Amino acid sequence: MKINKKTIINVIIAVGVYAVVQGLISGGMLSRQMTSLIIPICVYVMMAVSLCLVVGFLGELSLGHAGFMSVGAYSGALFLTHTELPQLPAVLIALLIGGSAAAVFGLIIGVPVLRLKGDYLAIVTLGFGEIIKSIINFMTPITGGAKGLSKIPLYTTYRNFTFVFILTVVVVLLVSNIVRSRHGRAITSIRDNYIAAEAAGIPVSRYKIMTFVIAAFFAGVAGVVYAGNIGILKPVNFDYNTSIEILVMVVLGGMGNIKGSIVAAVILTALPEVLRGAADYRMLLYSIVLIALMLFNNSPIKRAFMDRRNMRQAGRLQKEGE
Amino acid sequence: MKNMKRFAAFSVAAVLAVSMMAGCGDDKKDKAEGSEAAGAGEETFLIGGIGPVTGAAASYGTSVKQGAEIAIKEINDAGGVKVGDTTYKFALEFADDEASEDKAVQAYNTVMDKGANAIMGCVTSGACIAIVDQTYQDGILQVTPSGSAEGCIANDNAFRICFSDPEQGKAMADYAIDTMGLKKIAVIYNAADEYSTGLQKAFEEEVKAKGGEIVASEAFNTNDVEFNTQLTTIKGTDAEAIYVPAYYQDATYITKQAKDMGMTLQFLGSDGWDGVLDTVSDASTVEGCVFSSPFCATVDDADVKKFVDAYNEAYKATPDQFAADAYDTVYTFKAAMEEAGSIESADMIEAMTKITVSGMTGDEITFDASGAAVKEVKFVEVKDGAYQYKAE
Repeated sequence: MKINKKTIINVIIAVGVYAVVQGLISGGMLSRQMTSLIIPICVYVMMAVSLCLVVGFLGELSLGHAGFMSVGAYSGALFLTHTELPQLPAVLIALLIGGSAAAVFGLIIGVPVLRLKGDYLAIVTLGFGEIIKSIINFMTPITGGAKGLSKIPLYTTYRNFTFVFILTVVVVLLVSNIVRSRHGRAITSIRDNYIAAEAAGIPVSRYKIMTFVIAAFFAGVAGVVYAGNIGILKPVNFDYNTSIEILVMVVLGGMGNIKGSIVAAVILTALPEVLRGAADYRMLLYSIVLIALMLFNNSPIKRAFMDRRNMRQAGRLQKEGE
Repeated sequence: MKNMKRFAAFSVAAVLAVSMMAGCGDDKKDKAEGSEAAGAGEETFLIGGIGPVTGAAASYGTSVKQGAEIAIKEINDAGGVKVGDTTYKFALEFADDEASEDKAVQAYNTVMDKGANAIMGCVTSGACIAIVDQTYQDGILQVTPSGSAEGCIANDNAFRICFSDPEQGKAMADYAIDTMGLKKIAVIYNAADEYSTGLQKAFEEEVKAKGGEIVASEAFNTNDVEFNTQLTTIKGTDAEAIYVPAYYQDATYITKQAKDMGMTLQFLGSDGWDGVLDTVSDASTVEGCVFSSPFCATVDDADVKKFVDAYNEAYKATPDQFAADAYDTVYTFKAAMEEAGSIESADMIEAMTKITVSGMTGDEITFDASGAAVKEVKFVEVKDGAYQYKAE
């Protein structure tokens, strides 16, 4: 990993956010409602960033991301409920188990990916998510079926914010480093021109599978955190609506923009809560704001702003080059 | 065109900014009001309601909210609740949980921010289980109108108005065998639904324990509309009755298709059947069906009629059992406050096992130490195209 100015700025931002939030929590300045939002925001940031890898950088539409999340959540939660290890090692192992289990499923879904592209792939992943949901539903003795898996130890609530935050930062850093690495260039080249990438000698299929597995791993990790925050898992919470919600975050963040995905995840998770004041019109307002945000994302104002910023950055890079 | 876009973009920013401010402002205002109202000899007892008012389960949460509002209006109009020297008026702060576990936690924290004195919720079982440990930590009285899973009342501070799924399944089995004299019963249930599987399991166990026989146990899935396979299997057995622990939509299809196949077996149902007469195209398909139900809006009873009329006037709708459960929840709070002589949750929780509530879902509802409501199970029969309580 090359340490440059950008990395340093990112680390400063992360530390700053952490200091502010932790200060607010320990100072008791956050309302309970806002406190209960902290962990879901971290979870959705991890979900959005990992899906960003597939949708934004590999350029394949995946509608089954909640499926990976559920695999991770269930396997991690099952471990947590049966282990007698102390909290920290138990959570670390659960995260690994959840991530690995989801990664295995990522590998399984990665194989049909080799043959399919675009809309077809989207449908396959959609079906995959539903299959996972059904399997969990019918594995009643292990997963609790429709009743849900409850009594999961609450190891990743806002009281353990430090741990969850570090985890989130690590996930974001890993993903952004992958993107900036040689492998990341290969992945984006597949998105930009499949044939040219293949002609340049990039093993397209291997990279596709790799991307799916990595994204699934992080989704599984996010799932474990989700499980440890709520204490109960139900298959219905991981249906395609959840997958689409995460996809919306990635699209809103500007496909292939990790920072944007993070901001979008924060906004979209917090928005329904912030809008509670609107009572009956809450969901209506939420949808309107969503539409408005999408319009804004494509508006000339934003484009002009981004252009100016890019120009400035390009100018700076040129200067550094000299 | 360009201006339009610019306008749209600015309005977004404005909406966002205003909504954030509105959200913050509300909190402060409500808290201020709560403290101002204190000390006037008349105080507010804030019920924190949690349930889905959007999403697939929205009808349940809406019913609970409206049923509770009817009870609150009744009590407040009658002068509120007198505890010691102070009179308390009820108020309801209802937060949407979309029937989802993570949203339930946020909704719970929202009503706690507003200063709720007791929790009415959650409406659905999973959401309820997600918050029970937190309400326990906060030591607040929690009464769920309709969370029927075992885990909903796992802690000492949690109580429930409705029957648990196993209780209801068991009661139906007792009734079928002891009162109706049935011996061989087939079951069709929804394997992907916890309510349905909970009833099915308890029913089958009780039937076997009573010496009856389950001749067939057929599963279906949510949103199925085709039940010929299950019905054909049952037709090949010597079943005397079919138990369908499911919602009325499923019951509508099953009874219709059974009639088309020429089956004339007795149908037994669960409280999810309430409303089945509104969805069947031909009332004769459900004629004679018997289902367990805590509440039925069309029976001839003065108290029920008063509630149904008030509900109808306020919301232009007929109350279902969720509304009735919520109505009883509010009266349970009232009884607990009076018995405890205090609005402290700890005192009210202790008083809960001593109170008797006369409500819509039972004439004498009491609560046992586990937190479950003790009341009679009522059975409703469809007779001449109308619901009727079945005589014991």
